[in-house]
Amino acid sequence: MTTSIAPLVLSLKVAGLATLAAFVIGVAFAFFLVRARFWGKEWLDAVLTLPLVMPPTVLGYYLIVIVGRNGWIGRWLYETFGVTLMFTWQGAVLASTVVSLPLVFKAARTAFENVDQNLERAARTLGLSEAAVFLRVSFPLAWRGIMAGAMLAFARAMGEFGATLMVAGNLPGKTQTLSLAVYDAVQAGNDQLATTLVLITSLVCMSVLVCSGRILKAQYLKEGNR
Amino acid sequence: MRKQIVYVIAFLAILGIPALRAESAATPQELIVSAAASLTNAFQEIGKKFESAHTDAKIIFNFGASGALLQQIEKGAPVDVFASADQKTLDQAGEKKLILPDTRKDFASNSLVLVVPTGSKISIKSSEDLLAKDVTRVSLGNPEAVPAGRYTQDALSSEGIWEALKPKFINGGSVRQVLDYVSRGEVDAGFVYATDAATAGDKVQVAVVMEKHKPILYPIAVVAATQQKDLSQRFIDFILGQEGQEILAKYGFGKP
Repeated sequence: MTTSIAPLVLSLKVAGLATLAAFVIGVAFAFFLVRARFWGKEWLDAVLTLPLVMPPTVLGYYLIVIVGRNGWIGRWLYETFGVTLMFTWQGAVLASTVVSLPLVFKAARTAFENVDQNLERAARTLGLSEAAVFLRVSFPLAWRGIMAGAMLAFARAMGEFGATLMVAGNLPGKTQTLSLAVYDAVQAGNDQLATTLVLITSLVCMSVLVCSGRILKAQYLKEGNR
Repeated sequence: MRKQIVYVIAFLAILGIPALRAESAATPQELIVSAAASLTNAFQEIGKKFESAHTDAKIIFNFGASGALLQQIEKGAPVDVFASADQKTLDQAGEKKLILPDTRKDFASNSLVLVVPTGSKISIKSSEDLLAKDVTRVSLGNPEAVPAGRYTQDALSSEGIWEALKPKFINGGSVRQVLDYVSRGEVDAGFVYATDAATAGDKVQVAVVMEKHKPILYPIAVVAATQQKDLSQRFIDFILGQEGQEILAKYGFGKP
């Protein structure tokens, strides 16, 4: 049992932090794209959505080229601070963040677009600053849509395999998440462990999906009443 | 609206790309060979030579860690020939009656080496040097599924430094992944076969030739579930024959 607990804890930690990072970055970009007007807006949208379409191995390769010990940023990190993201759980967080970012970003963009701009204008005429308009009007109104996206991002991060394997490796107890542990167990012919891990993963992912389904449903009901 | 139609056509055109590849008319006999990752380069050349000698045959290779390949065969993968990098994996296959025992032959040998990235600033002259503080990451094949990892465990245990080195280990899914980690400079050193080190060219340097492990002998056998016993046997005979042995020698493999 202990061999299946460590990957579960690590998976939850990695997926949780990745969702948090994707949440902050995704919401910031979504709000910026909804409000700002500039050339190449849809191109930026496409770049941020790309991880959803591209195979995780392609993303993994990009990340190795960028943050590997000899990568563009990785070399600088290693030579200046002596740290590297390769084969660390922080590297796994980075991979999961990139992969799950589009899910938050897309959901947040749609949610912000659906916010009634008259309400924001009204808030401004009542003397609220731009930051206060965002925090007290736009964000609360878009909240449920963003949360549903964040739930999906969490589920996606839980299941991340390809990019994580390439960046963080597959080190038991260090970077071996649930999905990697399942792969390892099957490769080594340990079907009993694989079954346990698969059941745990299914249970966690089911719970996340049910939760996000509930939130989405509440969103529709709310809109229906309006 | 017209713009949208253009986008739709562009999208459909991308989906249509695979249709451009013409399907070949004749379907030759396909032979699926699962082979240890370390055999990749040598077997690809042997496969080409075999196909030009037997124009009716087409060899499809499936390279990977020997342990993983065994699992695939056990789960019913349609494999005809299995070449492993160690005796243990084929012993297990034999116990589970997955191979035809009388077709089993040893066809090559190899040696285990410790490689470092070219230009590495850390001086490594023996495996004990890995205990030094400035060595933080040492890669090896996952001993559960990768024979090269098992040989490494065997050698380091005999030297009595296996446990001490454990915190530095970065497990690779196959010996070729270990080689990739070293040639990219992501790890300070790694254990691979001498033949793997040779394929990486000037990206890695051999620091130590390991000795205290079981002899590395590659066995090959016909898979019991094959539908093409004759062709499988001919492929094994080709590897054991002069031409096959010459190609293996060219890539640095020793005689069995």
